[in-house]
Amino acid sequence: MGLFERIFKHPSWGVHPDDHKRPAADVPLRILPPPARVYMPLHQHVGGAARPIVLVGQQVLKGQLLAEAQGNISAPIHSPVAGTVTAIGEVTAPHPSGLAFAAITVENDFTNRWIETDPVEDPFALAPEEIARRTAAAGVVGLGGATFPAAVKFALGKRLAVTTLIVNGGECEPYLSSDDCVMRDFADQVIDGARIVMHAIGAKEALVGIEDNKPEAIAAMRIAAAPFSEVKIRPVPARYPMGSDKQLIQTLTGKEVPADARAAEVGVLVHNVSTCAAVHQAIRHGRPLVERIVTINGGAVDKPGNIMAPLGTLVDELLAFCGLKARPARLILGGPMMGTPLLHGRIPLVKGASGILAFDAREATIPPAGPCIRCGSCTKACPMGLLPLEMASRIRAGELDAAVDFKLSDCISCGCCAYVCPSHIPLVQYFSHAKGELAARERAKLRTDATRRLAEDRIARLERDAKEKSALAARRKAERAAAKAAAAAAEQATGAAA
Amino acid sequence: MSQTIGIAVAAPHAATSNSAGRVMATVMAALAPATLFGFWLYGWPAVYLWFITVAAAMLGEAFCLRLQGRQATPALLDGSAVLTGWLLAISLPPWAPWWIGAFGGLFATVLGKQVFGGLGQNLFNPAMVARVALLISFPVQMTAWVAPLPLFSAGAPGAIEGLSILLKGLPPALDAVSSATTLGFAKTEMSRGVDLMASLPNAPALSWLGQRPGSLGETAAWLIAAGGVAMIFLRIISWHIPLAMLAGIALPAAIANAVDPAHYLGATAHVLSGGAMLGAFFIATDYVTSPNTARGQLVFGAGCGLLTWVIRTFAGYPEGVAFAVLLMNSLTPIIDTYIQPRIYGRDRKGVPLEPVK
Repeated sequence: MGLFERIFKHPSWGVHPDDHKRPAADVPLRILPPPARVYMPLHQHVGGAARPIVLVGQQVLKGQLLAEAQGNISAPIHSPVAGTVTAIGEVTAPHPSGLAFAAITVENDFTNRWIETDPVEDPFALAPEEIARRTAAAGVVGLGGATFPAAVKFALGKRLAVTTLIVNGGECEPYLSSDDCVMRDFADQVIDGARIVMHAIGAKEALVGIEDNKPEAIAAMRIAAAPFSEVKIRPVPARYPMGSDKQLIQTLTGKEVPADARAAEVGVLVHNVSTCAAVHQAIRHGRPLVERIVTINGGAVDKPGNIMAPLGTLVDELLAFCGLKARPARLILGGPMMGTPLLHGRIPLVKGASGILAFDAREATIPPAGPCIRCGSCTKACPMGLLPLEMASRIRAGELDAAVDFKLSDCISCGCCAYVCPSHIPLVQYFSHAKGELAARERAKLRTDATRRLAEDRIARLERDAKEKSALAARRKAERAAAKAAAAAAEQATGAAA
Repeated sequence: MSQTIGIAVAAPHAATSNSAGRVMATVMAALAPATLFGFWLYGWPAVYLWFITVAAAMLGEAFCLRLQGRQATPALLDGSAVLTGWLLAISLPPWAPWWIGAFGGLFATVLGKQVFGGLGQNLFNPAMVARVALLISFPVQMTAWVAPLPLFSAGAPGAIEGLSILLKGLPPALDAVSSATTLGFAKTEMSRGVDLMASLPNAPALSWLGQRPGSLGETAAWLIAAGGVAMIFLRIISWHIPLAMLAGIALPAAIANAVDPAHYLGATAHVLSGGAMLGAFFIATDYVTSPNTARGQLVFGAGCGLLTWVIRTFAGYPEGVAFAVLLMNSLTPIIDTYIQPRIYGRDRKGVPLEPVK
């Protein structure tokens, strides 16, 4: 990179952690032998949990619908193996709380029989709505980790007349190489999927952003994209968090997504490379999303690399397949910068799991936090231009509103600030805490408002009732008085007559 | 695996190898050449004074930490107390008596830093707080300058004699070496009615190399600048404060000097005198007491420079770096409030941008 590019084109935000992607990224893709049992959580995506439509004891085929989407934003779940549904119950969720959530357990009969699929010969002859419908039915969600239902984004892109599809091959998280693997080994599928997505949203061009630390992926994708002038491969500087939507959009198009707007409102839509490959599978082959490529990496792993595994496979089985050199000191779902810590390995592989990292003791060690020396490293690193040290000091003092004034809500939790902090202050922990508190406060406020409204309604109703009653009583009294007076008058009249 | 693994902590699960201690150590390394040069230039008394000041600063820090019921060792190991003592020591007259260093070092960490809550909490630069306290309390000792008398040169005090200078003050026999700084000399002459045209030819020479009277470690301008530039390249500091501060001194000095050379010293004299270089690269750049953003740092640095020139030129004291830095320190929270980075997707006022297709 020339001096000019170093100074002017290199992004000023972000961090450059040691990427640890190799040697795992260079190991050929391995396929996990089908596990004896899979656990398909009903909630592997943003939005409402899927609703089971199978019964315990029912025979299912590979790719058969297990649970249907529920609500506007949701995704269906399909069986990753052929076999028998043995349970619909709770398994540990891939969440730091370690709480349980609902899942369907399928016992593998190892026949590997697929359901009847409905491949499409020419997706470009289909209406965009039909592509969205088929993508939704295949349970495709954002595989980069966001797990937002892909078809919902298609509809949004179509509605807002998006012109540019950005295909996210950034994969800026250290250790991870599953997207890299998809681009190297399945470049044709990615490009085809991207073109189908373009058709679905009506985009004129696709920009594929790939970090320049993946030259093999860039080469493979260039070959695959060569016949299609509308698909452009764009290497981008390797800089965390390049794979974040907002940062990639800015790097590739120079556009900024306004703070309260969606990317589609500036005419772009971002889809991950693995999502594009899944769209290709869903449309061209009619296959729902039942497996994915996951990176197994970290110092405690004996043979790290990328594994094609059925969804619902337990993390323990994936780790056993790759072998463990030592007992992991930390287990992470996702990358080290934004990943979720797992407290044990009896947790199923979900759609959004791009990697499972088993760190050895050395990698897991983070020095104890010290006082803030106001060095400003976090400010320089923040890709959103926030002031992490100011927000953290407010949150530490319990002044959440002051933190909100510093635009806490714009924080994307990328972890750059906490990574660069020389005092190792867990800044993201502060922000997550504050965001949680604020959300709880918001919910409590809504509840209080609702209660107050009900109480006020009740008082008004009681008052109205009382008023009506008293009015009624007064009327009756008046009537009675009138009747009495009439009777008295009548009596008098008769008396007088007599 | 039956037991749980690790603990549920928030991401990131990776951290920089940098640490507060490493930052302090790098600053000290950058400061070392100028300090060693100062030791050579002013001999044994300077070496003793440096040790006493640093030791007193550490003692003050340890004392306060113990009062708080905290372990003193880990906090002392981060090097911030050593650095505070070090910066104070090299801003003192090199042959100042021992109690100047001892009092100053204690003052710096106890009243300049720990009473605010320790590392990262102080509003003012602790070394400059102590220096100003000393200057106001002991003006005679704090303005007793000596001409350079390098180690092992003829007439330079030996190790024992140096100790006696430290403990008993300047012996009459060595009074001849006492001297004035350029700034002090110019101010004195001006107050006598002698303008600069007449007085400057007799003034102490200016020197990039540091062969001039001045504080222990502030005279070797090029060594300080080299250390500062090294810190910029190592990304310990950014260029904004040093450049803005030096420009803030040099520009008004150059303009005033061009207009009336008989009453205003030139830019070179200002930049190469007193603590300008040391202040620009090592004092004003203190993380804790300077603004956080690049633009804020430009304002801060320019303010430090301008105030330094104003104090040197119009106020009673010949040198103004310490006062200027402290005054600007007090403005740091205000600068940080009004000058904030633009947030992605918002304009400078924090209003969301209009969507552009």
